[in-house]
Amino acid sequence: MSEERYREAAATGVLASEEGHRALLQSVADVARAIFSAKASSIFLLDEATDELVFEAVSGEGEDELVGRRFPSSTGIAGWVLVTRQPLVIDDLHQDPRFARQAAESTGYVPHGLMAVPLLLDEQALGVLEVLDRPNDTSFTVAEMDLLTLFASQAAIGLHLLRRARSARAVLELGEGRAAQVARLATLLESSDDEAVTRLLDALEAVLAGRRH
Amino acid sequence: MSPRLLPAWSLAADAAGGIAIPASWPEQVTREWAIGGATGAGVDVCILDSGVDATHPLVGGVASAVAVTFDGDDVRVEPDELGDVCGHGTVCAGIVRALAPECRLHSVRVLGAGNAGSGELILGGLQHAIAEGHHVVNLSLSTTKRRFAELLHELADNAYFRGAVLVASAHNMPVESYPWRFSSVVSVGSHEGAGALEWYANPTPPVEFFARGVDVDVAWPGGGTMRCTGNSFAAPHVSGLSALILSKHPGLTPFQLKSVLYLTATNTGGAT
Repeated sequence: MSEERYREAAATGVLASEEGHRALLQSVADVARAIFSAKASSIFLLDEATDELVFEAVSGEGEDELVGRRFPSSTGIAGWVLVTRQPLVIDDLHQDPRFARQAAESTGYVPHGLMAVPLLLDEQALGVLEVLDRPNDTSFTVAEMDLLTLFASQAAIGLHLLRRARSARAVLELGEGRAAQVARLATLLESSDDEAVTRLLDALEAVLAGRRH
Repeated sequence: MSPRLLPAWSLAADAAGGIAIPASWPEQVTREWAIGGATGAGVDVCILDSGVDATHPLVGGVASAVAVTFDGDDVRVEPDELGDVCGHGTVCAGIVRALAPECRLHSVRVLGAGNAGSGELILGGLQHAIAEGHHVVNLSLSTTKRRFAELLHELADNAYFRGAVLVASAHNMPVESYPWRFSSVVSVGSHEGAGALEWYANPTPPVEFFARGVDVDVAWPGGGTMRCTGNSFAAPHVSGLSALILSKHPGLTPFQLKSVLYLTATNTGGAT
């Protein structure tokens, strides 16, 4: 295989991997929610450039509208956990009307109790994993927090891979040369189902394949 | 705090009598000896955290409050007008106050300005707390950045030799974090009991003590309370206990104080 084709493969590999890593994070959020019989679970990624936490995967309440939403990295319960690097359980959040109002405004959902752990990998703090509310308002236990901590390691690896894939993608998208061009085209093609585009691609492939024979 | 002697690097044969240390240790160290009747009076406890809401009824005021900032080059320590920016420091202050009602609380705000620069802020804040001569410094936080570990280690040792007790919350995650792992600090994890005066010495460190950290009703910003669980809430219990011990036995070194905590733990003989 030529060097150029290796580059093309790398470019498309990077694009495909973001999808894979997103699916991994979604799966971690789904399983965390299922294991703790919780109403919702969220994974937040720390965006170092803006010093904000971003909803990266959400399972349960808020699943459809929260992903991508961001807030300052030291605010809210997730912010506590990120800056102190300490896991936390809070019961009866309804007692705090300010929290309830903020939560309702930002997520449309006010939890009763939650568990939150920082997502740490080596010396990096990558984000936070949260699990919200049992169905019958029972409290989370310390043993459950230990279990969530184990999960957090998996989520941290997922976030790490996703971040790497994104920075590789940024390099390709901003870069020059054919590999970068292929990456940009691949991004555009992801959101296109135009039949003319498909025919053009088929023709391009045929031309390129013909030249190789 | 007792007056400090100049550092000595050796001991001459005829000098041993000159450094007799008045040690009024009883034959058996008991809780009654350690904290019986103690209130924390005369002891300065520093909450190195997100600031403290001094108006909260469970906090009962602070003696001083400063904020540490970092502009990318320099760390600055200035009077703090904001109080608590996220609530964590108020929680810790309330726990200390409940145990040691007459101690003097000091707030050093190092959290809450975002995640960036957090290592520099913790270092700067700790340096300030030690320089101020606070007797007990509560650190319900840690950093995972290795480049800060060495500096933190030096600071922790410096505090230890100057007689400042650093109490740090441990965490059970599969990564290294600091400063709780250093032997010159008192590291604290949580037990599931409900007693504020229930603490255990751990025979298998690095976590040295377990204190109450589960379902703790804590001071919540705005004047109310909230039920929380975490090692962040176990460390202030040991900070409060340390204030009690030091108010009854001023001048104990961190080495002696840790020994008293050990000898009077719930799982050792001195608890009764």
